[in-house]
Amino acid sequence: MRRFLDRHWYAYAMVLPVVVVVAVLVLYPLVQGVYFTFTDVNEATIANPVLDRPATYEFTGLRNYLNVLSGDSSYGAFWSTLVRTLIWTFGCVFFHYTIGLGLALLLNRQVRGRSLYRVALVLPWAVPAFISAFAWKYMFNAQYGIVNQVLRAVGLPDPVWLGQSDWALVAVVVVNVWLGVPFMMVALLGGLQSIPGDLYEAAEVDGATPWQRFRDITLPGLRSVSSTVVLLGVIWTFNMFAIVYLVAGPNPNTRILVTYAFERFFSGASRDYAVASTYGVLILSVLLVFASVYRRALREQGEVW
Amino acid sequence: MTFDASSPRVANPAAAARATGFRRGTRSTAASIGLHTALITASLIAVFPVFWVLVTSFKPDARAVETTPKLFNESSLDNYVRVLSGEKGDFLAWFGNSVLIALLTTAIAVFLSATTAYAASRFLFPGKRSLMLSFLVVQMFPFAVLIVPLYNVLLALGLQGTSLGLVLVYCTTAVPFCTYMLKGYFDTIPQDIDEAGRVDGLSPFGVFWRLVLPLARPGLAVTAFYAFLTAWGEVAFASAFLSAADESKTLAVGLQVFVQQNRTEWGHLAAASIVVAIPAVVVFYLVQRFLVTGLSSGAVKG
Repeated sequence: MRRFLDRHWYAYAMVLPVVVVVAVLVLYPLVQGVYFTFTDVNEATIANPVLDRPATYEFTGLRNYLNVLSGDSSYGAFWSTLVRTLIWTFGCVFFHYTIGLGLALLLNRQVRGRSLYRVALVLPWAVPAFISAFAWKYMFNAQYGIVNQVLRAVGLPDPVWLGQSDWALVAVVVVNVWLGVPFMMVALLGGLQSIPGDLYEAAEVDGATPWQRFRDITLPGLRSVSSTVVLLGVIWTFNMFAIVYLVAGPNPNTRILVTYAFERFFSGASRDYAVASTYGVLILSVLLVFASVYRRALREQGEVW
Repeated sequence: MTFDASSPRVANPAAAARATGFRRGTRSTAASIGLHTALITASLIAVFPVFWVLVTSFKPDARAVETTPKLFNESSLDNYVRVLSGEKGDFLAWFGNSVLIALLTTAIAVFLSATTAYAASRFLFPGKRSLMLSFLVVQMFPFAVLIVPLYNVLLALGLQGTSLGLVLVYCTTAVPFCTYMLKGYFDTIPQDIDEAGRVDGLSPFGVFWRLVLPLARPGLAVTAFYAFLTAWGEVAFASAFLSAADESKTLAVGLQVFVQQNRTEWGHLAAASIVVAIPAVVVFYLVQRFLVTGLSSGAVKG
């Protein structure tokens, strides 16, 4: 034990503060949150230290899970919400990645005014999300929003974007794509710059076409960046609460798992902490399954990650 | 040994320099036009919403909702004057709270993630793998659902309703990603530097503090940017954990007064948004030249 500590104490001393903070502020609340899923806790039954009221909620076993997984619409229609969440997540990440990669490829060339373009293109990242949400909500307004004014001017139909239809989902995807592209672009640009230039020179000498160079040098060279940012992108988008909620509000057409958990948590006569936590645990499970499948797929292709 | 801040892989600066400076002959005029058209279109889309908020911020509320868009429509600085003079709530107090909370979060998160990332990058210790994995898992749980248990923890620690409590909560969201990013960055700094420092009689902390941190400035800048933005724009926790008194709100919470039921004061909201966006854009401008290097090495290494 002595020798063990002698050897590792530097490392542990440096890691300790983070471990303490994360354990107290994430793991403990997480454990309590998981416990809540087996009870009927809500605003009226939770212990309230301020009012000095003891807890009166009861253990209900798996009832919350059964209710939620039954897909009943009074419990948020879990399965159709899950499908919408998947459409939302993969739609957003797909556009983030392809647009981000396209712009990164353009910015990686010798082009006049490159740093100016870069500043402009990264701007959406720098603006606080709740402000972007206001801005887009204003622009998407059905009557006086600039989007519909432009659509009307060129003679296209002008849908009620943020109303009770699937247009609302399209609108929030647009907002989130606008918001998320800069991160992907910057990460991929860094990845492009770490690909040695002599590979391209050699390929050119061998007469490879631009498409072949892209497929056989650029894409493999970006693999490790891509695998990381796509995983992070999926996790972040899956749980992207702020944009969906601030742009579209509690709209059933844009309801994804995390916004429903939040609705359940904050609105309604009695705040239903139990069902909200159940949703939280289910979200965590879906993401854990996804992450392990994703890692296995990468490992099978020889990626050490 | 010189450290070239513009090359993402220090181990091979020559190759990196060639990669950036690589040219494949001269481009045809058509290709050039296409390239610039694509970049200009994308830039316009990226900038337009912010520009439109700026235009709106000068219009009176009634003119902000007209059905024919105009750049100027009875534009004046009235909205700014009203917002800043506190007519709509104690805006300057909100601003001060947000600055304090964001700066504290940045300082604490950067420090914590730098030490952790350094340990993970340089030392082999039992539990390292599970630590890094747990940072990934932490990001998967929807934080909104942790509000009730967190509320109880903060209450027990006597931090409920204080800025410090909120700062610590923000750190738990910022630190995991920042640690990942910085670990990748530290990995690109050669171990030889550490060894040379040790030979010269520095302690492991001394090596970290005096040699590695100064070399990792681009990575630290990006980490700071990320932590600052996390704290600056967060709404849910701030509304749940700060007391309801007007002078203790942050900007993100305070601005909700402009969005009363079904009647949004767009002009005022836009003016307030511009004032809020300025610090974030300033921070962004200071770190933007480090962004590509700092972020990519983190992501490249995972």
